[in-house]
Amino acid sequence: MRCSLSLLASVMMLAAPAAGLAQSPKFNVGTPLSQEEIRSFDFMIGPQGKELPPGHGTPKEGAAVFAKRCEVCHGKNGQNGVLRRLVLGSPGNPYRGPFGAAEKDSVAYYPYATIAWDYINRAMPVPKPGSLTHDEVYAVVAFLLYRNGIIQETDVMDEKTLPKVEMPNRNGFVPAVPVYPPEPKPSWW
Amino acid sequence: MDSNGSGRRRFLKQAAAVAGVAAGAGVGAEWAAKGQSAKSEGKSEASANPEAKEAHDHRGLLRRGARFSVDHITYYTPLQDYVGIITPASLHFVQYHASHFPDIDAQEHRLTIHGLVDRQLSFSMDDLKSLPSVTRIHFLECHANSSPMIHGTGNHNMGPPVQYVHGMTSCSEWTGVPLSVLLNEVGVQPTGTWLVSEGADPGKFSHTLPMAKAMEDVLVAYGQNGEPLRVEQGYPIRLLVPGWEAPFSVKYLRHIKVVDQPYHAWNEAMNHSVGRPDVGGKARWYHFQFGPKSVITRPSAGLKPLRRGYVEITGIAWSGGGVIRKVEVSTDGGKSWKEAKLQAPVLPRAHTRFNFDWAWDGQEAVLVSRSTDELGEVQPSRVELFKNWGFTEEESKKPQRSIHSNMQQPWRVARDGSVYDAMFT
Repeated sequence: MRCSLSLLASVMMLAAPAAGLAQSPKFNVGTPLSQEEIRSFDFMIGPQGKELPPGHGTPKEGAAVFAKRCEVCHGKNGQNGVLRRLVLGSPGNPYRGPFGAAEKDSVAYYPYATIAWDYINRAMPVPKPGSLTHDEVYAVVAFLLYRNGIIQETDVMDEKTLPKVEMPNRNGFVPAVPVYPPEPKPSWW
Repeated sequence: MDSNGSGRRRFLKQAAAVAGVAAGAGVGAEWAAKGQSAKSEGKSEASANPEAKEAHDHRGLLRRGARFSVDHITYYTPLQDYVGIITPASLHFVQYHASHFPDIDAQEHRLTIHGLVDRQLSFSMDDLKSLPSVTRIHFLECHANSSPMIHGTGNHNMGPPVQYVHGMTSCSEWTGVPLSVLLNEVGVQPTGTWLVSEGADPGKFSHTLPMAKAMEDVLVAYGQNGEPLRVEQGYPIRLLVPGWEAPFSVKYLRHIKVVDQPYHAWNEAMNHSVGRPDVGGKARWYHFQFGPKSVITRPSAGLKPLRRGYVEITGIAWSGGGVIRKVEVSTDGGKSWKEAKLQAPVLPRAHTRFNFDWAWDGQEAVLVSRSTDELGEVQPSRVELFKNWGFTEEESKKPQRSIHSNMQQPWRVARDGSVYDAMFT
């Protein structure tokens, strides 16, 4: 397994396909998906935000949505709530660590702003995930980025601007691309 | 899972908040109250709590350790009552990241595969079951199982320490279609080096997987221990990623997208990351394969006191690296070791039962087990593991926040036969 793990690592590092993939279908099962069908569920958002749908929102609009849908758990302005403190730092003054158990709930921890859109869109608010419109998700994300001191109050978040937001903790993770451990550490390091 | 127990005040605040927003949506104060301990949190809550009563079956066994919060459902496998290596599906651990289990119509359910593929396809359950199937026995384990922070934080509903500290691992016979078969049907393009998958649970749990592992031994499982998957285990289908931490094994699987990079979904990149001194305080994004691990399940803390004379020491060992080659047991806290008997079958990436005959002389003893896997890697002690993670000797005496722990578990036997968790004492 150790050698297959290093093989795995080199495969991933080189961004090469797994060797020996046969490309022709053997069983001919499954129904082709139309582009329209794919668009209806293609909301797993990668770091570059390629899958982000059209839409936009501002911190101001987000403040209203947040007060209505999020504040009951996360507290006013994302602080001092009963669950997961979402805001560290303050407008104009981003928090830069350290990130312990409590701090890593904050949007300030995220390396990519797109993670906030992806997760809020898929999983929030808890009793009714998926009930926010795309614009509302952009607005809530804009509000949280603003409260965390990462964007300005006048900034508009949309499918183009959101992926470009520079997150203060972008380099807080290793490795950005998983690398299997070098010897002599065990394979499971 | 965050390992610190939430206090009563914090809990009640949470429950109130949820009751405030839930309004009949299946998450309410009474539901969240199930996580409360009958013993430590007052009788009124326990009596208003049907789950607390159901937690004991007609033989008086604790059926399930359970913990609930607003966005979490946790069941711990009762390892203290576990025999052999197959966990009954009803006792399989659950670490679930949403407020309620989904109600999925298998006839309507589809698995789609799109992204960097030649043929973007949708598979029905009939499609999946028409393909070649395999059946294999594998453990699953939560990345937060055996968290150093959880020792001493349990309550009555969570079971004895071996259950709530180590009970987020279970082992089942899984049946399904190899993911490689499906990936061949869609035709992965050369740039498709990763895939990201999504479940149909309310929180739409999402996780990335490297293509090389996906092609190696991953299953799209629809059967567990001879029956369809149970709802808590991902009915109608889930990924089963052998030997790797369980978040890779996405339940209620409905979408797979073949992509060219890890997607860093919130649950994998945020919730499941912890800063570590050995990497300059930065956080590891991914942990993959579990190392060699073992735990003595009986005797263990909080169970019946020992009597002098013959004592069978039994437990389970497992490794993400393959087959367990050896389990050693120490009765003197790791000073000397003797080899335990391995009970067949001994299977790769599966629980392996070990037994050890011991005569207790009534003196203080510290029972520990350690396993060695087919890679020759040996389960580390707490001190060794913390040292490897970059903690100082002083720091390693205290619980440190970490995930993916495979440190040896010591149980201290007192002269009166009582057994205690000796990890940090």
